[in-house]
Amino acid sequence: MLRFTVRRLVSGVILLFVISSVAFLLLNLGAGDVGRRILGPAATADTVALKNEQLGVSEPVIGRYFDWLGHALTGDFGTSWFTSQSVEQAIFSRLAVTLSIVIGATVVSGVIATVLGVWAARRRGWADKLVQVIAVLGFAIPGFLIAIFLVNVFALNLHWFKPTGYVQMSASFTGWLSSVTLPIAALSIGAIAAIVQQVRGSVIDAQRQDWVRTLRSRGLSENRIVYKHVLRNAGGPALAVLAVQFIGLVGGAVIVEQIFAIPGLGQISVSATAQGDVPLVMGLVVVVGALVVIVNLLIDLIQGFLNPKVRVS
Amino acid sequence: MTESITNVMPDTATEERAARSHLARRLLRNGAALFAFIVLGLIVLAAILAPLLTPQDPNFANIQSLLSAPSAEHPLGTDGAGRDVLARLLYGTRYSLAAALLGTAIAAILGVVGGLIAGYYGRWFASVSSWVISLIMALPGIVVLLAARAVLGPSLWMAMAVFGVLLAPAFFRLVYTAVVNVRGELFVDAARVSGVGDFSIIGRHILSVVRAPIIIQFAFVMGIAIAIQAGLDFLGLGDTSVPTWGNMLNDAFARMYKNPVLLVWPSVAIALTSVALALFANALRDELERSGRVRVRRRRVRGTAPAPAVVLPADVVVHPETTADSREKLLVVDSLVVGYDQPDGSLKQVVNGVSLTVRQGEVHGLIGESGSGKTQTAWSILRLLPEGGRIVGGSVVFGGTDLASLSDTEMRKVRGRRISYIPQEPMSNLDPSFTIGSQLVEPMRIALGISSADAKKRALELLARVGIPNPERTYAAYPHEVSGGMAQRVLIAGAVSCEPDLVIADEPTTALDVTVQAEILDLLRGLQKELGVSILIVTHNFGVVADLCDRVSVMRDGLIVETGPVRAIFADPQHPYTKSLFDAILEDGAARGHLEHAADRHAPAGGAAS
Repeated sequence: MLRFTVRRLVSGVILLFVISSVAFLLLNLGAGDVGRRILGPAATADTVALKNEQLGVSEPVIGRYFDWLGHALTGDFGTSWFTSQSVEQAIFSRLAVTLSIVIGATVVSGVIATVLGVWAARRRGWADKLVQVIAVLGFAIPGFLIAIFLVNVFALNLHWFKPTGYVQMSASFTGWLSSVTLPIAALSIGAIAAIVQQVRGSVIDAQRQDWVRTLRSRGLSENRIVYKHVLRNAGGPALAVLAVQFIGLVGGAVIVEQIFAIPGLGQISVSATAQGDVPLVMGLVVVVGALVVIVNLLIDLIQGFLNPKVRVS
Repeated sequence: MTESITNVMPDTATEERAARSHLARRLLRNGAALFAFIVLGLIVLAAILAPLLTPQDPNFANIQSLLSAPSAEHPLGTDGAGRDVLARLLYGTRYSLAAALLGTAIAAILGVVGGLIAGYYGRWFASVSSWVISLIMALPGIVVLLAARAVLGPSLWMAMAVFGVLLAPAFFRLVYTAVVNVRGELFVDAARVSGVGDFSIIGRHILSVVRAPIIIQFAFVMGIAIAIQAGLDFLGLGDTSVPTWGNMLNDAFARMYKNPVLLVWPSVAIALTSVALALFANALRDELERSGRVRVRRRRVRGTAPAPAVVLPADVVVHPETTADSREKLLVVDSLVVGYDQPDGSLKQVVNGVSLTVRQGEVHGLIGESGSGKTQTAWSILRLLPEGGRIVGGSVVFGGTDLASLSDTEMRKVRGRRISYIPQEPMSNLDPSFTIGSQLVEPMRIALGISSADAKKRALELLARVGIPNPERTYAAYPHEVSGGMAQRVLIAGAVSCEPDLVIADEPTTALDVTVQAEILDLLRGLQKELGVSILIVTHNFGVVADLCDRVSVMRDGLIVETGPVRAIFADPQHPYTKSLFDAILEDGAARGHLEHAADRHAPAGGAAS
């Protein structure tokens, strides 16, 4: 198990390295006249040249890449071209905000999808049809449309929640809960749709296994068989989908944060992109990549816990 | 981004050419698919006919009339910049569809070509591609698109080209898997050997298999493309000079407080298109799957099925008891009829009126060839028939109560405690995720109500009793860590763990190695003597019957044809079918023992479960 973990970790680090290298080269090759963009059309050619020299963007890309890599390894991702704030600071002050929403959405969608999926698989008939319809709609309708819809109905018309803004969890838990409810709901629906299909499918598959009949023949109750045995066996494939959905949720957070004016990673991703703030975009790519690697590793570990065969190999 | 990588391969790899016209017709009859066709048709028409449907210029901003209400000139009013909403919606359809089509087409071309090459020629191209794909899929698509936008600037078409690259894996995986599967087929080898060119093989054999899944995936990916494209424009990161649904949303969202109606039009357009694409893809997938196999439907309401046709067992041969058997009747099955509900509402009968009696402490053999209904009979006594199967008629009286009329909860109390079960295929009958020990302890704790320490002690004793050399180690092992023979011993231990009165053993030796078969039979015989339990053993092997049974019932086509004490039947088989079974054994002459065991071993695991 330890070797398995180490191997996954190493491959994650390699993946991260390749992603950041490719991103760095592409971003810097296409950066254009950075000084002009920062200083605006009114600046003189001399100040622009000076700015470019300050930022080091006139030097060859390869040299700058190794420079960046060396600093990045020590945790120094440079400073934003536009705000002069350090990249680490800009990102980490917002990371918790985004994580609280994304993790919240992961948990919510995992739980709801499991409940719905098991229900559909056991009841079949109309319950199954209903869940299928929900899944198709939730899959097809883009998350930001759902978000816009939720804002209009629950914030602007019913006034149950504030339409925008974010309350720190440390400041007020209920305030936080109320500020993230709509964003999490908007994010979760798509993920639920994808996961519920998998849960339903693998529960139905697991129920048809021979050992389910044998467990029944031993006098175990249907609930015990489904919730203890079938669900544990169906958990693997469902978790794999959850891992994929997590990546999707991070992406979805970018748009949802914009709609609900939540000061998270999504918001600076959009502004950094629009401005072409290369150091900040690089930092974001690395952090999001690392997040994905960590979550995949966690999911693999849980898989190992659920499935003894994975543990051995 | 990666959410499109759903399983779109239908179960059927091959699809009859003639079935395709039926497919189109069935799709039109499918409500969801029809809806999808109509919506998509209207949307495409709107895109093509935009200049005819409105005289307005979608980009002409009339500063005199910002956010004006609907009028004859502007049927849907104007937006925040004074542009005609209807014109923007119609032209937006053009741009949004074209952009999504571009992105999806790029994804499809890259993925299909890459998948064909990687799947057909394999080697380094396959490993490099799969590595690149895991790289692409590791990041949220929107983050990559944002980064690309930082490099390439706000171009609608560029963004969609990048999107195409990002979603190429959706097609790659599909095609790659299909090609790898087909490449291994004999007919492809045959075609290659007979000199058919690679392109011709790919075209004829491989593309025909993946064509339908590609169409399905295309619809899914296009739905995602519409959403992503609108999302980028909505964030204000797109090309604002182009009228798209996303740009309309962006403008409307900024004016949400003043004029929320503006949100409705682009939202409805995006949602309708996405849903129509997903519905189309789903319907096509469902129809393809349905044409591939007959689905067994959930049980219908009792009483609507036709009355069971009990074939009167007029020609059943009953041998007289050799000695007066005073033992009490434990299980009396009377005119049992078992059937499976079919999708068309009819009932397929597999057991046509079986009657048999098992006395206390008796070993009763139920013998017959595959498909004779013996396993179905065994399962229906325990009421463990697979989905769709049910007892249609007759009674199963056990210890004075008719099991067929018990509630599910009452029946559960019978299972394990009073009647237990030994399955045919040991390896697939243990839950792979739990240790052997926990699977023995759990039923005992529930059925006997003993503490987990006592249950563990008892489990270890049982494991030792069934001949497992190191009970402690096997107790802690997972099912995949033990051999088939060991697993069957574990299952036997489980079957007797709660001191049942009757054990139903469904071909308990068929799936095992020859040498192990005899040991398992010895074990069953020993346990039976020791515990005085009754056994109903299902088998297709007269050797097992001779070895173990007191009495035997011969089954054929869902009916008992001959029944009686083993000695009597062996000495004087009456029914032609019983005779033919004996003849089949005797034909092999002296060498029979080995041959028959060999045949046993090679019998398909699922064959006798019919």
